[in-house]
Amino acid sequence: MEKVFKGRVWKMGDDIDTDTIIPGRRGTIPEMKEMGKYAFELLRPEFASESKDGDIIVGGKNFGCGFSREQAASVIAINGIKVVIAKSFARIFFRNAFNKGLILIESDGVQDACKDGDTMEVELNKCIRVNGQEFPVKKIPDNLLQIVEDGGLIESIKKRNRALKQREVN
Amino acid sequence: MANTLVEKILMKNTGIKHVEVGDIVISHPDMFMVHDIYTPYLYETLKEMETEKLDDPDKVTIMFDHCLPTAVAKNDSVHYDAGINLSKKYGIKKVHIGEGICHTLMHEYHYAKPGTVVTATDSHTTTYGGGGCFCTGIGTAEMGAALTTGELWFKIPSAIKVILKGKFKKGVYAKDLIETILGDIRSDGAQYKSIEFTGEGVKNISMESRYTICNMGLEAGAKCALFPADEKTAEYFDMDLKDIEWVKPDEDAKYERTLEYDLGDIQPSLSCPQGVDNVHGIDEVKGKKVQEVYIGSCTNGSIEDLGVAANILKNKKIAPYMKLIVVPASNTIFKQAIELGYIQTFIEAGGVISHPSCALCCGMPYGLLSDDEAILSTANRNFIGRMGTKKSLIYLGSPAIAAVTALNGEISDPREYLEAEA
Repeated sequence: MEKVFKGRVWKMGDDIDTDTIIPGRRGTIPEMKEMGKYAFELLRPEFASESKDGDIIVGGKNFGCGFSREQAASVIAINGIKVVIAKSFARIFFRNAFNKGLILIESDGVQDACKDGDTMEVELNKCIRVNGQEFPVKKIPDNLLQIVEDGGLIESIKKRNRALKQREVN
Repeated sequence: MANTLVEKILMKNTGIKHVEVGDIVISHPDMFMVHDIYTPYLYETLKEMETEKLDDPDKVTIMFDHCLPTAVAKNDSVHYDAGINLSKKYGIKKVHIGEGICHTLMHEYHYAKPGTVVTATDSHTTTYGGGGCFCTGIGTAEMGAALTTGELWFKIPSAIKVILKGKFKKGVYAKDLIETILGDIRSDGAQYKSIEFTGEGVKNISMESRYTICNMGLEAGAKCALFPADEKTAEYFDMDLKDIEWVKPDEDAKYERTLEYDLGDIQPSLSCPQGVDNVHGIDEVKGKKVQEVYIGSCTNGSIEDLGVAANILKNKKIAPYMKLIVVPASNTIFKQAIELGYIQTFIEAGGVISHPSCALCCGMPYGLLSDDEAILSTANRNFIGRMGTKKSLIYLGSPAIAAVTALNGEISDPREYLEAEA
């Protein structure tokens, strides 16, 4: 899969909760594409219309806190975001994000080196580059990246099952 | 390098020699449990994933305890049927229908062994940490994936060390200790962390009590709560201590926080309406009138718990108009309680005995409260509306507090009673 992501920085603060990501009252919209239009609507109303594939969200500590609703991860992914960087992530959001095809990177420091709108480059398992500075990042296990590449957990398992079946047929 | 207990267990399971907090490791859990609330969703998830066979059906158990016997005709039978279908389609043979509460059965059947990795579709999966098992709850999508592949990833959590000294005084129990801890660190105090108990006080705590403590560790947000394995653990699991001696944190393991409790200083304590961490000592709460008392649940439905309550209720009558409901956590415990005369005692005292299940803890089949009614429950949660209407009040306390409260019709201090009896 892609190892390098380059895009504009959407800078956000600490404790971005699931209601900030997608307000509870939008959670019943049946189509994810439609729901995605309301991502961050209270904090960054321009996010859904202006974000482009490959853009990177940079948050503070405890990103994704609040409810366990999986849609919080889905509405970010549906807007073309592949990578979210934060000082720390809420536990359930962390699992949901990878399972919905988002890559999360924990980094404390990069927040001070960039501002909203800057261009950032993320090289997976290596570093984050922004404004001439480099910040090393931890390795993400291949299995997790595989889930992301397959388009989320359910798709990933489905793909695996189909491959196994194909092998049996052959 | 020195490691915490959760690190040691995950290192053993994954074969990784060096881990740090925040690392992601891919484990092969030794046992998976799904209970009847989640059977329909798991069945659907596996269908969506096009899973036709599980990695290892012998590592899977299905337990029917929440929706059995059916309380809501159509609804509950869907859960029952889905469980049976899961078992038939995927060849899952460890099926336990109406034998008791899943978390109790998990250690009674020795499914959750010391030093192993276990996961289940329930938040109180932390319970088996009492036997030195790393265990934590997951959702149905992840359960579907894990059952298919046999793999599940975990992030190595930071850990809180709880050093225990001494022993409980008369009338004070495991429930009082964990509630005291909850009051101190609050409901988010251990968010995503491992709570690890250690110290010379551990040996004075029974296996039943360790399970009580780890069951409620979850209420502090913990990913897991663990006791080290010792002689008591070896005896409970009928294992050689030598084989499980390693199940303890290393001496110099790094903890982000250390707490210390002298068991002799712990007072009878209660979680008051409506928050598990709204903890008050008995002196602040006694005298409060309650209309119902529940002794049971995966927290406090063990033979030890029933014994504590029966000892207080023997040859006594509960207060007029009091509703006392006693639910042994499993059939094994039920049978023991019959043999030991506890059930006779509860009936003669005026109690109602119900079949082993999750019962009224999760407000499912019976014993529901109406507005302004208060209950003293030995269960683990007092969320608003959990056991009845939104205006009902839930106090959580030990089986001893429950028993004396049933006698007096108001929240009472078991120490006063036990002193008077002595």
